[in-house]
Amino acid sequence: MILTTAAERRALLDRSHTVAMVGASANQTRPSYFVFSFLRTRGTFDVTPINPTLSAIDGVRAYPSLAAYAAERGAPDIVDVFRRPDEAPQVARDAVAAGAKAIWFQYGVINDEAIRIADEAGLAVVVDRCIKVESARFDGGLALGGINTGLLTAKRRVR
Amino acid sequence: MTDHAFGFRTRALHAGTPPDGATGARALPLHLSTSFVFDSTEHAAELFALRTYGNIYTRIGNPTVAAFEEKLASLEGGLGAVATASGLAAQLIAVLSLAQSGDHLVATANVYGGTVTQFGVTLKRMGIETTFVPGGDPDAVRAALRPNTRAVFTETIGNPNGGVADLGALAAIAHAAGVPLIVDNTFATPYLCRPIEHGADIVVHSATKFIGGHGTVLGGAIVESGRFAWTPERHPLLATPSPGYHGLNFAETFGEYAFLQRARVEVLRDVGASISPMNAWLLVQGLETLALRIPQHVANARAVAEFLRGRDEVAWVAYAELPDSPERARAARYVPLGAGAVFTFGLRGGRDAGRAFIEALELWSHLANVGDAKSLVIHPASTTHQQLSDDELRAAGVNPDMVRLSVGLEDADDLIWDLERGLAAAARVAAVAV
Repeated sequence: MILTTAAERRALLDRSHTVAMVGASANQTRPSYFVFSFLRTRGTFDVTPINPTLSAIDGVRAYPSLAAYAAERGAPDIVDVFRRPDEAPQVARDAVAAGAKAIWFQYGVINDEAIRIADEAGLAVVVDRCIKVESARFDGGLALGGINTGLLTAKRRVR
Repeated sequence: MTDHAFGFRTRALHAGTPPDGATGARALPLHLSTSFVFDSTEHAAELFALRTYGNIYTRIGNPTVAAFEEKLASLEGGLGAVATASGLAAQLIAVLSLAQSGDHLVATANVYGGTVTQFGVTLKRMGIETTFVPGGDPDAVRAALRPNTRAVFTETIGNPNGGVADLGALAAIAHAAGVPLIVDNTFATPYLCRPIEHGADIVVHSATKFIGGHGTVLGGAIVESGRFAWTPERHPLLATPSPGYHGLNFAETFGEYAFLQRARVEVLRDVGASISPMNAWLLVQGLETLALRIPQHVANARAVAEFLRGRDEVAWVAYAELPDSPERARAARYVPLGAGAVFTFGLRGGRDAGRAFIEALELWSHLANVGDAKSLVIHPASTTHQQLSDDELRAAGVNPDMVRLSVGLEDADDLIWDLERGLAAAARVAAVAV
C-alpha cells in the first residue's frame, strides 16, 4: 500500500520501532548521517545501518545486507532507503525477502519498479519523503523551526 | 488527525497554534526566555550540528516566534517562515541568504523608499549592486539580468504609487535566468494575494503593518516556497560548502529546507535582527483577525477613493481598482478581492495646499506608517521630503502635490467628512496662490 497522506505516515511511524537504513553514511556532512543520528538520539527508534563498507556508525553495529540483518535481528519494521533510484528495485526485493513491514524511499529515491515490487508484496510504501522530517512533523520538532507542518488541531498533544 | 484541507480563516486561527502540549493552554503561550536547557550534552551537540530540532537561543528561534512563523507560512502557502525584527530586516536577511559581495540584484523601481536606500546605498557599500528597473516592465527586468544576478525583487502593491506587479511574468523571467523572485507582500497581505501561487519563491513582509494591524509592534518575516532548485553555479551560498557552518552544503543536506535553514541558522544568527517573542505573540493575535479586518480596510479604501475621484480639488487618484487606472487589469488578476488600503492622490495647489490639507484634518493621524486600524495620512513634500525642491522631489519620484493615505477601520462616512474639511482648507490656499 502506497501511503500518500500525513495521517498514514504518522500511523506508520507510531507503530514502527526497528529501522534498517540502507546506505547510511558515517560522513557527518551527508544527509543520511543526519537522519541516522536524528533517529538514533531521538530514542523511540532502534535504527541500524545497512552498509557493507562499515562496521559501525557512532557505536551502532552495521550489517552488510538486509539479509544479514534479518538473520540476526528478524524482520525490520521499516527499511529506509538512501540509494540511487536505479538501485532501488534491488533494495525493494531485499526488503521483501527480509520480511520488512514497510519501505521508505528518501527524497529523490523515486523508481516505479521498486515501488511496484514493495507494494505488490504488501509492504507499506512511502516515496520521496524524509523519515526525519516526517518524524519531526508529528512530534512538534518541525514546528519549532517555523515550518508549515500542515497539522491543525484543537486537541492537546503531549510529545 | 486529518488530511482535510482547511480554509484561510480556519488556518489563521489554528495553524501553528495548537493547544500547548505541556500545559493545555488554549491561547499561545508567550515564552519570554532568551535560552533553553539541553536534555544532555549529546542533545546539545545534535542541536548545534543541526541534526535535531529544538530550542537553543531566541536569537535563532523561540517557540512563540515559531508559532507566528508557521501560521504566516500556512496563510502564504509556503514551506516555512523565518521571523525578523522588522520588514527591512526580513529583506536584508533574505538577500544575504542569496547574495554576497560581487553579486547583483534586479528590483522594480516602484518599491518602498526604505528599500531603495537599503539596496541602493547600504547593500551597495557591502558590494551587492542593484539595478532598479523603472515601471517594473518585465522586458526591462529581463534586460537587466546579469550572470551574477542572484534574485529579482518586487512589491505586490508598490509603496507608495500603488502599482501592481505582474508576478507571473516576473517569476517566469527570473526562473528562466535561474534566480528566484522575491516579493514584498506587505500591502496585499496573504488575504488579498499569495505570491507563491503566482510563481514567487520568497515572500517578505513588514508585519508591522496590516498583519499586526494596530500600529503597536515592529516585526517582519520571510516565507519561502521550498520549490526553487538551487544550483552551485547560480547560488553558491546555498549549494556549495559553507565556511559559516563547517563545510555544510545546505542544498544537499536540507533539500527543500535549504533556504530557510541558511536564512535562520547562518544569516539571522549572524545579523542578529531577531524579533521579540512579545512582538511575535501580538502578531499572532493580528493574523487571527486578518480575514475580518482586510475586507473592511478595502471597503473603506474604495469609498474614500471614489469620493476623492469626484472632487475638483483633487488632480488624480492612484487606486489600482479605479476604472481609469493603468493598473486595473493586473489588480483584477493578482488582487481580485481588493487593491489594499494604501494609495496616493494629488491635491491641486501643490505643496502649500498639501500642508493646509493635512493641518485641517481632525481624524486622520499625520504620521509615517501604514496599515494601522486607524486611518493615517502623510504629505511627503511637506514632511519626509521637505528639504527637497519641487524639481528634486520629482526626480525622487514624489510629486509635490502627492498625499498618501492608509485607510483604516473607522466609519467611512466619518473619514470622508474629515477629508471634506481638509479639501476645503486646501482649496482656500490654492485660490490664494492663483
